[in-house]
Amino acid sequence: MSADTAPSPAAVEAIVLAVEDPELPHVTIGELGMVRSVTIDEANGIEVVLTPTYTGCPATEQIRDDVVAALAENGHSATVRFAMSPPWTTDWITETGRRKLREAGITPPGHLGPSTVSVTLRQTDPTCPRCGSHESRLVSEFGGTACKSSHVCTTCLEPFERFKAI
Amino acid sequence: MQTPLLTFILRQGDRSLVLAQRLLEYITRSPEIEEDMALSNIALDLIGQARILYTYAGEFEGLGHDEDHFAFQRDPDQFLSPILVERPNTDFAHVIVRQFLHDAFAVPLWARLAVSSDTTLAGLGAKASKEAAYHLRHSSAWVIRLGDGTDESHERACDALNALWPCTEELFEIDEIDAELFTAGVSPDPTALRGEWDRTVDEVLAAATLTRPVPPTPAVTGGLSGLHEDDFDRLIGEMQELARAHPGVEW
Repeated sequence: MSADTAPSPAAVEAIVLAVEDPELPHVTIGELGMVRSVTIDEANGIEVVLTPTYTGCPATEQIRDDVVAALAENGHSATVRFAMSPPWTTDWITETGRRKLREAGITPPGHLGPSTVSVTLRQTDPTCPRCGSHESRLVSEFGGTACKSSHVCTTCLEPFERFKAI
Repeated sequence: MQTPLLTFILRQGDRSLVLAQRLLEYITRSPEIEEDMALSNIALDLIGQARILYTYAGEFEGLGHDEDHFAFQRDPDQFLSPILVERPNTDFAHVIVRQFLHDAFAVPLWARLAVSSDTTLAGLGAKASKEAAYHLRHSSAWVIRLGDGTDESHERACDALNALWPCTEELFEIDEIDAELFTAGVSPDPTALRGEWDRTVDEVLAAATLTRPVPPTPAVTGGLSGLHEDDFDRLIGEMQELARAHPGVEW
């Protein structure tokens, strides 16, 4: 932290929020709701607290390194800590994040509301991000990453992914 | 002598890791590529759970051991996973039925750990219960598809169920460790877990047109105390080969 003289909290937080998720095109960790806090302490420097999405998400360590690198580019050194509790939920994804997912061909998750723990054996049908149809077939509960499921739209016949509500 | 809490943490971590290792052995052999992706995603979640538990075990133990120590530097008889999760990938029906019998246990376990008096276990429980619910939904759907499918898939699902059933007793075994942790509000009541497991299993087996095996079947136990079956040494040996051949290696 030699170069910077009292970094502005807002500027530091903006850098952290703008770090992109390595797996999701142009969606930031701020929009995914992963950033719990950014604190600047004269004695200890910058500490960023993130909530991991899935326990086994292989992008977690990459995200930590990306946050450290983004701050370093701006002359700040920081430590990143992961806080598991409260657990991350897709309800924390912002409206901008949902719009970006839709634009990337990924149906955003439905809202779970306060009782987020139970996942019943039934789920609502996703909307096709291309044609808006509600008619689709589930291909697999687990898509290219743990956070997505695979579907085929039975109206426009295009395959698509859905961000699973969790 | 390990404290009860350390033993409990390792039992949960080992259950997750050993099942993940079995799933990873099966990747590329699923009936369709989507299933390979599903099983690898489930395995990743399980490894994620194990990593958190092993890291916690290291902190709690206070001997400077990290997560890799518990995964790669212990001998097979130090792994405290129930026999069910080490059972081999005999065919796809075995893989799915094993997963289902496990997931039906994991969902209520994590959900109840979410209110544990231990804050680390409570945090993991809240998180893992949501992931486990997806695993259970996936394995349940396959059990129903296999059981209520063709004559051959039905027969294979029956064989798998009968072969794995004796291993389910161990999931609910109560020893002095469980009794002590339950009294302290750390771990859930195994009797209550059993009730939830029974309900899930009965519901899915009925939908799958499969018959619940009738006791008395001699229970297969020992895993929770480190007594494993013949193939376990090979399974763990393969998992640890790289780390043991190159101490301190990073990848």
